[in-house]
Amino acid sequence: MRVIIIPIVLSLYGNVVFSQNEKKSELPSVDIKTLTGETFNTSDIKNPDGPIFLSFWATWCKPCIKELIAVDENYEDWQDEFGLKVYAVSIDDVKSMSRVAPFVNGRAWEFEILLDPNSDFKRAMNVINVPHSFILNKNGEVIWQHNSYSPGDEDEIYKILKEITPEK
Amino acid sequence: MNKFILTVLLFFPLFVLSQENRKDYGEFHGNFELNAQTYSADSLIEAESVDEIMRMNTYANFTYTKGNFSAGLRYEAYLNTLLGYDQRYNGQGIANRYVSYVSDDFEITVGNYYEQFGNGLILRTYEDKTLGIDNSLDGIRLKYIPVKGVRLTGLIGKQKLYWDYGPGIVRGFDGEISLNETFKKLTDAKTRIIIGGSFVSKFQKNFDPVYNFPENVGAFSGRFNLSRNAFILSSEYAYKINDPSSDNGNIFKDGNALLINGSWSKKGIGILFGMLRLDNMSFRSDRAATINDLNINYLPAITKTHTYAFGAMYPFATQPNGQIGANIEFFCNFKRKSKLGGKYGMNVSVNYSQVNSIQKTEIIVNPNDEIPNLNGYTSNFFAIGEELFFRDFNIEIQKKMSKKLKIRAVYMYEDYNKLVIQGKYGMIHADIGILDFTYKFNSKNALRVENEILITGREPSGKKQDYGDWYMTTLEYTSSPHWFFAISDQYNYGNPDINRRVHYFIISGGYTKEANRIQINYGKQREGVTCVGGVCRTVPASNGFSLTITSTF
Repeated sequence: MRVIIIPIVLSLYGNVVFSQNEKKSELPSVDIKTLTGETFNTSDIKNPDGPIFLSFWATWCKPCIKELIAVDENYEDWQDEFGLKVYAVSIDDVKSMSRVAPFVNGRAWEFEILLDPNSDFKRAMNVINVPHSFILNKNGEVIWQHNSYSPGDEDEIYKILKEITPEK
Repeated sequence: MNKFILTVLLFFPLFVLSQENRKDYGEFHGNFELNAQTYSADSLIEAESVDEIMRMNTYANFTYTKGNFSAGLRYEAYLNTLLGYDQRYNGQGIANRYVSYVSDDFEITVGNYYEQFGNGLILRTYEDKTLGIDNSLDGIRLKYIPVKGVRLTGLIGKQKLYWDYGPGIVRGFDGEISLNETFKKLTDAKTRIIIGGSFVSKFQKNFDPVYNFPENVGAFSGRFNLSRNAFILSSEYAYKINDPSSDNGNIFKDGNALLINGSWSKKGIGILFGMLRLDNMSFRSDRAATINDLNINYLPAITKTHTYAFGAMYPFATQPNGQIGANIEFFCNFKRKSKLGGKYGMNVSVNYSQVNSIQKTEIIVNPNDEIPNLNGYTSNFFAIGEELFFRDFNIEIQKKMSKKLKIRAVYMYEDYNKLVIQGKYGMIHADIGILDFTYKFNSKNALRVENEILITGREPSGKKQDYGDWYMTTLEYTSSPHWFFAISDQYNYGNPDINRRVHYFIISGGYTKEANRIQINYGKQREGVTCVGGVCRTVPASNGFSLTITSTF
């Protein structure tokens, strides 16, 4: 009797542990700001239609801007193909925070723009340097992250988006 | 009994399984950053060697979150600290720890925390590892939302000073109301208004035998943020009562600051305006503190931040004792297939900023007065001082020439008062030109060629100002998504001292895998902000090998 039960017990424990391992990490809840200065909680970073590309950037960071330009060039296609939504979180502090709105509009970017002037969200996400980007799946779970940008990294982003989007 | 245990063992996992997804052990995350460097002496570039041969700064953060509860700590090791950082950092241990509980309408944090009231004019605690700044408060912070759109924050603590604490106690309160959130009638209004105010007070015991220094010093501020459609306007005014300190020469004058930021932008076009006037606004939790120690407030440089090597050669730094300055910037995007935009579009930005002294009339202290006037000076709020601190005109054009080639061109005209900003030399004029090409061979491989030139003005004697003229070339090869290699040479060809016409040659390589990164550099480095291989950080003057490892997990 015991001989039979023990493996069953172990396998059930195993299941529990396994299902825990499956759980992906979610975004922490931190109050940051919108372009108009209103408070925005990061747990509201959501996209019911598909994945999210979340990028930490700054107006003074050239590689960050290159990355966002590359994403912008593909944004329409990726919206059609994956239902992607882009959140660009600026870590510009008071020194350059007011540059963000005219900078973004000047470039005609259509991303959701958020301001993290005291790096509260950046710290909560353990980001060290910008650019640092995350891809979240439809359930809001972080499934990929990347630090720095080189031309061509957008192909890597595309690959990940393709992987996590179920075939229609 | 045995059967009972077996039954429990058998059903316990089932019970757990049944609430499988609700069972949550929380999340554990962190990051790690190691910076090590060897130092060889090089008298020509004034690089120093160190007895340890190699030095290292390492930081590791660990955060744990479960539901409403979160906790974190940071381990730091400076063995010994890299040159350019304060030697009081030497050592290792837990530098930061906190526990926090957040619910829908309130939040409690104990331990180290970072906070900013409004624009930070009277309170901002933050960390910037590249600058060696961590002025976090260690104490208690409470946040409360009594009604929708109203946010109250109260805090008390002692400020971190390297491995120790400053002598003062900092207390603060901030309140903010977002009218559109609070009042239902305004929920959908196009005009969005946020109003806020704060009060901060510091306490430091006075042991001075001569001066009767105030032990409690208060500062308060009021602010608003107004936006409507394409238009955003924000402003903050701060006032500080008498705060004699080593910064202001122990005068008893009150301080004040006014910050205004406005912008108008719509798709393809944007305009930005900013101004900042400061009068005696240094605010520290120790009246004797200097350099970057124990600042309670944050006084932003409103000038544009330049990250190209020569653009950052003469960076402006805020003058807390008195400055008045303004900044204007214009952004424009010429569409694809338009006359100026060409096939792929073009992006242009033009910026002008100027910072001057404030007008000051000195008060002569008469020792025979019953109560001598120790205010130091008076200042007309609306007058602009005669001394120029900084002037910067720059224009930047970015254009995609073809599917493979992108060009960025920058011209800068700068006047820099090095005597006021860095305490040496005098006025410097510099013209800077930058051409930055990125050529994409295919979808993974690209070469970036960056050329920069800096030409300084001449002294009345005809001698070149400061270190004279510079030229720089960088070649950076990237192979997405993992590799980069770069070589760079900064050549001080126009140094008035012929023996110091030095090449700063540097070679670097790096590997990135997701959020893990390793980079090795070898060569000579001037002090400044460098951006290589896709990441920006400030690096002090040095000669030798450096190794950087970063990881986020």
